[in-house]
Amino acid sequence: MAHIELHTPISEAAIRALHVGDQVSLHGMAVTARDAAHKYIMENFIRPPAVPASEQALHAELQRLWRGGVMYHCGPVVRQDDAGRWHFVSAGPTTSIREEPYEADVIAHFGLRAVIGKGGMGPKTLAACREHGAVYLHAVGGAATLIASSVQEVTAVYKKEALGVPEAFWVIRVAGFPAVVTMDAHGQSLHERIAEGSAQRLAALMAR
Amino acid sequence: MENLVPHFVELIRRAATDLPADVEAALRRARGQEEAGSAAQGTLDAILENVQMSRERSTPICQDTGTPIFYVYYPTGWSTLTLKKQIREAVAEATAKSYLRPNSVNSLTGRNTGNNLGEDFPYFHFEEWEEDYLKVELMLKGGGCENVGAQYSLPDTRMDADRDLEGVRRAVLDAVYQAQGMGCAPAVIGVAIGGDRGTSYLKSKEQFYRPLEDAHPDPKIAALEQRLIEEANELGVGPMGFGGKTTVLSVKIDSLERLPACYFVSASYMCWADRRRTLIYRDGQATIE
Ligand code: SF4
Repeated sequence: MAHIELHTPISEAAIRALHVGDQVSLHGMAVTARDAAHKYIMENFIRPPAVPASEQALHAELQRLWRGGVMYHCGPVVRQDDAGRWHFVSAGPTTSIREEPYEADVIAHFGLRAVIGKGGMGPKTLAACREHGAVYLHAVGGAATLIASSVQEVTAVYKKEALGVPEAFWVIRVAGFPAVVTMDAHGQSLHERIAEGSAQRLAALMAR
Repeated sequence: MENLVPHFVELIRRAATDLPADVEAALRRARGQEEAGSAAQGTLDAILENVQMSRERSTPICQDTGTPIFYVYYPTGWSTLTLKKQIREAVAEATAKSYLRPNSVNSLTGRNTGNNLGEDFPYFHFEEWEEDYLKVELMLKGGGCENVGAQYSLPDTRMDADRDLEGVRRAVLDAVYQAQGMGCAPAVIGVAIGGDRGTSYLKSKEQFYRPLEDAHPDPKIAALEQRLIEEANELGVGPMGFGGKTTVLSVKIDSLERLPACYFVSASYMCWADRRRTLIYRDGQATIE
């Protein structure tokens, strides 16, 4: 298990070099997106034949940020200072599996290289990671102050009014964001592996 | 009655931002046992750093500050009405100060009250006692770990679990296995044997007020607690489900009376962010443990 520094935009080669269990520190840009954001993406960018005119500016901006970029499943606690700048106060990962129906399409559409969250994702996302050269990074659930402290700057926020603070697209610059690769671009999932191993050990314990 | 609101706000602040010493010590011991350089050890390092940072900055250890659960022990003659009013006021104030995230959502409208107050939120339990001082125990019970709690009705043929301590053992091991890392392992598992469905779950959560290092006074239960700590850790789920030696920090079991027809085993899951604090108010002096 290696310790690897990742810088955005991340190359496909850098992603294919990662394996389940690797610990990474992320540097560069990331954009938060959770439940309502995924619904918005599907309805405006992915399902319709053309992106509605009103949403094209955000679409272009997300394309720029997410090509070789990073999505973070997070509903942060934020603070606005006297100068009007936003700061992340407490920002641990939220459970990712709720986005399983959409994430494969989102990865393909934007060319995402990494999705950060907690709890892992399912076979559809795992297949998309292999096909498009992406990984799932597991952040430490509950380590909210530590993670917020790796957020150097909030550079923009989109759809804050429409989706609400926890659900908005927050564009952040991070330095040394800690995470572990739990689904890699080679079809391996640590979550599957641990579940299988522990099922065997459970069976042995039940036989005692 | 005096105004105790500032003391209650401080109780909440300490609970949300300052992890108890016994929990931190258990995490530190666990860190020492994990393989050097493993994801498990790296995770525990991150957790310990986060604990330290949250304490220094007085910010919530985890952004999910959970359900605040208050157990209030009061001397004869005190007004529970006033106590409740003051604690609710403190909860709203602590939310405004960002010690708590607004966590009270109306189940029918989806509306968040924004101040952690609802008709049944936060949760209270009042008990008059013979002591001459006030004791308020607070735990913050996170949502992710609440989702992986489980209740079993024995016998259960799927697990070959009968109505005895061996059946209890099987149910608890199954619950820890089912949870994998999803409740932010390593966990403290609170177990209740007996009761009805409601009282059983409550009893299992009350176990989280116990110090991590204590043992049940009944030697048979104490032995099962110890055995389950070892066996649950053999499952290899590890911190956050990354694999490793530490899946649980402790297992706490208690029992309560049951009906002849029922035999429930309830396993509540408390994430590593096991946040609880106690306020003692005696002779006009407040201390927080
Ligand atoms: S389960 Fe995880 S995310 Fe939820 S309160 Fe506990 S540490 Fe935080």
